[in-house]
Amino acid sequence: MTELTDLTGAGGPADPTEPADPVRFPQSRTCPFHPPTGYDPLRDRRPLARVTLFDGRQVWLVTGHTTARALLVDPRLSTDRTRPGFPAPTARFAAIQDRRRAALLGVDDPEHRTQRRMMIPSFTVRRAGELRPDIQRIVDGRLDAMIAQGPPAELVSAFALPVPSMVICSLLGVPYADHEFFEEQSRRLLRGPEAADTLAARDRLEAYLGDLIDRKRAAPEPGDGILDDLVHQQLRDGTIDRAELISLAVILLVAGHETTANMISLGTYTLLQHPDRLAELRADPALLPAAVEELMRMLSIADGLLRLATEDIEVDGITIRAGDGVAFSTSVINRDASVYPEPDTLDWHRPARHHIAFGFGIHQCLGQNLARAELEIALGSLFERLPGLALAAPPEEIPFKPGDTIQGMLELPVTW
Amino acid sequence: MHIDIEIDKDLCVGAGQCALAAPNVFTQDDDGYSTLIPGMEDGGGDPMVREAARACPVSAIKVTETEAETAS
Repeated sequence: MTELTDLTGAGGPADPTEPADPVRFPQSRTCPFHPPTGYDPLRDRRPLARVTLFDGRQVWLVTGHTTARALLVDPRLSTDRTRPGFPAPTARFAAIQDRRRAALLGVDDPEHRTQRRMMIPSFTVRRAGELRPDIQRIVDGRLDAMIAQGPPAELVSAFALPVPSMVICSLLGVPYADHEFFEEQSRRLLRGPEAADTLAARDRLEAYLGDLIDRKRAAPEPGDGILDDLVHQQLRDGTIDRAELISLAVILLVAGHETTANMISLGTYTLLQHPDRLAELRADPALLPAAVEELMRMLSIADGLLRLATEDIEVDGITIRAGDGVAFSTSVINRDASVYPEPDTLDWHRPARHHIAFGFGIHQCLGQNLARAELEIALGSLFERLPGLALAAPPEEIPFKPGDTIQGMLELPVTW
Repeated sequence: MHIDIEIDKDLCVGAGQCALAAPNVFTQDDDGYSTLIPGMEDGGGDPMVREAARACPVSAIKVTETEAETAS
């Protein structure tokens, strides 16, 4: 569950013969586990470069690890998309971002702090640990079903999506029976072809969750999900109103399943494409937590965070002016060779910590401890239960997501 | 050398990175905020204390070293 990227793809790779021209941003990857090759010129321009958005506007792109960490904690960079001049990554987002503000990731402090504080007791390291048996049960159930059905399988729909979807439903108190509906609306919200599509999907999710919240409010006995707690405590005592609670519920539900699903599918593809690393991991399962961190660093699936400077900011001898747009490519930042030697190599023994795949600053992923637990259990059990797991199609033919959204596999045909 | 650890709970966003990096020293209280495990106020000599401070996404943890004689 990372901070959602609302970046939408624009254009092809920049002309490598013209490195002085600002590179287009964002771009699609050519290999799903490497940054877009079109960003290659940016990797030599650290810590800041200029890039061009779809509408011709130039913004700063943060590429250096230390600078990224400094700027992501800087309160002079706003994440409020309703502010005039907030940079739009695509025409689709330009059309929708001045409407309603998304909870958590679309609000600045102090409002953000109030929302975040309501949520953090449910997402601590200890709470994630307590959820491990439930996560294991869900993972085992999906793997049992796959094994009963027999190979081949499409891993996104059979495993990568249902596992985090079931986990977040159980945690929030959302009926999993409705998963086809909310998975489809989430997909449209994040990757709808048109602004109207994205807005309609958000309306449908808000109507659905608003209805669910009303039913929880009317229920004589509160359920045991996070939404039940919010309804019976914060909504009742006026800390939060119904519209804000609905916005929070949408973010938690969407971020809670889409991002982890992408890490499971892309993580599996990446491991299958690195047989030596996979063999090493299988021989020593104690490497699993380190492997999850390294996969997070390497894959950087939320590969574009956007901010607006509200005041002048001096950084590394450069002045970011009030009104400038600032983008962060997490895949480029997490491959800063001054922090991660041989950054393009997958290595379980490097210290991958301090990567910014979960973001940094006040908006750093609320669900990161849950995500780590899910990824360790899902990837660990998948390769343990299906030791012969292999791709069931030529790797270069397997479709993955465009640069306009959270990175991951669109499909993952496997056999075993 | 004596290690002094200060946690600014006004800054803390409950990401839990300190508890992940140095679980013998840091934990999260019932509200999700970073707190020191009782008896570990001086870090207990854990080499991961500085890593925990560096992992904090909002720089809420300050680790300072003072001369040994000020330690009680």
